[in-house]
Amino acid sequence: MRTMDTTQRAPGLVLRILPFGRYTRGPGSVVERSMRVHSRTWVIMVSGFAEPVVYLVAFQIGFGALVGQVAGPGGQPVDYVAFVAPALLAASAMNGAIFETTYPVFFKLRYAKVYDAMLATPLGPVDIALGEISWAVIRGGAYSVAFVVVMMGLVGSPFALLLVPAALLVSFAFASVGMALSTFLRSPSQFDYIRLMVMPLFLFSATFYPVSVYPDSVRWLVQVSPLYHGVELMRGLAAGVLDPSMIGHIGVLAALAAVGVAATSRRIGALLLG
Amino acid sequence: MARDGEGDEREPHPMVSGKALVKRFGGIAAVAGIDVEVRRGESFGFLGPNGAGKSSTMRMIACVSPRSDGELRVLGMDPETDGPRIRARIGVVPQLDNLDVELTVRQNLQVYGRYFGLSRAHVRAKAVELMAFAELSDRADDQVEPLSGGMKRRLTIARSMVNDPELLLLDEPTTGLDPQARHLLWGRLYQLKQQGVTQIITTHDMHEAEQLCDRLVVMDGGQIVAEGSPSNLIGRFSTREVLELRFAPGKQDGQITRVADLADRHEVLPDRLLLYADDGEATLEAVHARGVRPVSTLIRRSTLEDVFLRLTGRSLVE
Repeated sequence: MRTMDTTQRAPGLVLRILPFGRYTRGPGSVVERSMRVHSRTWVIMVSGFAEPVVYLVAFQIGFGALVGQVAGPGGQPVDYVAFVAPALLAASAMNGAIFETTYPVFFKLRYAKVYDAMLATPLGPVDIALGEISWAVIRGGAYSVAFVVVMMGLVGSPFALLLVPAALLVSFAFASVGMALSTFLRSPSQFDYIRLMVMPLFLFSATFYPVSVYPDSVRWLVQVSPLYHGVELMRGLAAGVLDPSMIGHIGVLAALAAVGVAATSRRIGALLLG
Repeated sequence: MARDGEGDEREPHPMVSGKALVKRFGGIAAVAGIDVEVRRGESFGFLGPNGAGKSSTMRMIACVSPRSDGELRVLGMDPETDGPRIRARIGVVPQLDNLDVELTVRQNLQVYGRYFGLSRAHVRAKAVELMAFAELSDRADDQVEPLSGGMKRRLTIARSMVNDPELLLLDEPTTGLDPQARHLLWGRLYQLKQQGVTQIITTHDMHEAEQLCDRLVVMDGGQIVAEGSPSNLIGRFSTREVLELRFAPGKQDGQITRVADLADRHEVLPDRLLLYADDGEATLEAVHARGVRPVSTLIRRSTLEDVFLRLTGRSLVE
């Protein structure tokens, strides 16, 4: 330890809040804490995986029979379940990330003072932000792997494997934003605001039907939704239809992730290092 | 002040040195320009009532609150630029326990050690050692929540030792504990002092200050109003003994002028009258000789509470 570099002598405010170079090893120990906390409650984690699978099975049995085939990413017809499964995975990555970075983070920040304790050590706000967000992504990643395995059984496309890194990116984006938002909440009842934001994203981000269903006048609104970019990216990957627009989708999600990490770090610094 | 770089044990510098140190929140100065120096190996106290600026000072020293003005060096380094390096070498016991309630006693120590970048093997052994120190070995794998207040406090102190700090910051270490738990804690802190750990303690409790501190400053309204060892402060600002007189409700006011001149100094508290004199017994006889009959009387030695009362005109604990 004691490895922090000492080269900068007079950092400005930004460097004080975001001195990445000084926080070696930090995020890892924050992730390690979460792993210890959850080492005993791994059973609860199973539920995070069960939810999308239950959806998937419901769609397979119900809508699958009712809807039949729809137009897939390349325009070719695909089974409705194959159409909806990648979107469900994107949505569950979002839900998992938001869940993991809202109430638990709020609790640690406002009540348990876990972050205050961390800041008394060499760790800084960036370590906390990256550590907590990474944990959400790791946890979400475990679910996506399980989901993809089930999905490959149902849908049978080997491209589905590409969905795992895509799901991690979606998790990262939403975990970052979710954690940043959580730092603004003052009471548990305000979590309803977040639910209020997430619910329409879940329903209207071209999750259950193609974006072409919407009239042109509101389509842009759908395209503003971060989940829409996750859904489109994953739907394309699952169908094996790669096209340049995917770079845009990846860019949007990566930008969200970066903004979220920076905002979270700044907020934790502002709240706890007064 | 010359900057003296990486943990130089060669060049002896004070553990903490502050000059004209200021902390402002909005327009209000919580710490209004204090000079303070803490030497290696000593137990140094900040004594003062709530709101005196003790905790704000501690947070600046702990590198979790940037100073608004003035100079500050901790372990010879500037908290502004070397915060993480300083924090790696100090231990912090915050005013309110912030133990990790999602972890066991043992895990609290291990995980906290990992925040310092210590190896897994090291923190595993260290946790065992610290649990023995804190007399918590038989609760090692219990959750933290059901522990008593004293146990939690001992665990917090043990946790602050996980990185073998040179400097320990204790913010109100025993506030709210029962006498037995406090004495056990004081014993532990004394033990650490014997091991050479420099300690900075804030307290609004005079017993604690007298018990733990080699040297202390009395703070009030963000400023230091006196500095010295407990006995030195008592000698300078108070008499050897104090005679406390309690009167029946409503009767005190009429009696003050009848006895005030019998003492070097007097203080009027809502529920009693304090007469400062070197010989309390003789003063009490003189009070009786004037026909004043309090409901009860007490002769005691002067304490830091009296020093504080003298310096600020107020009690430490309202």
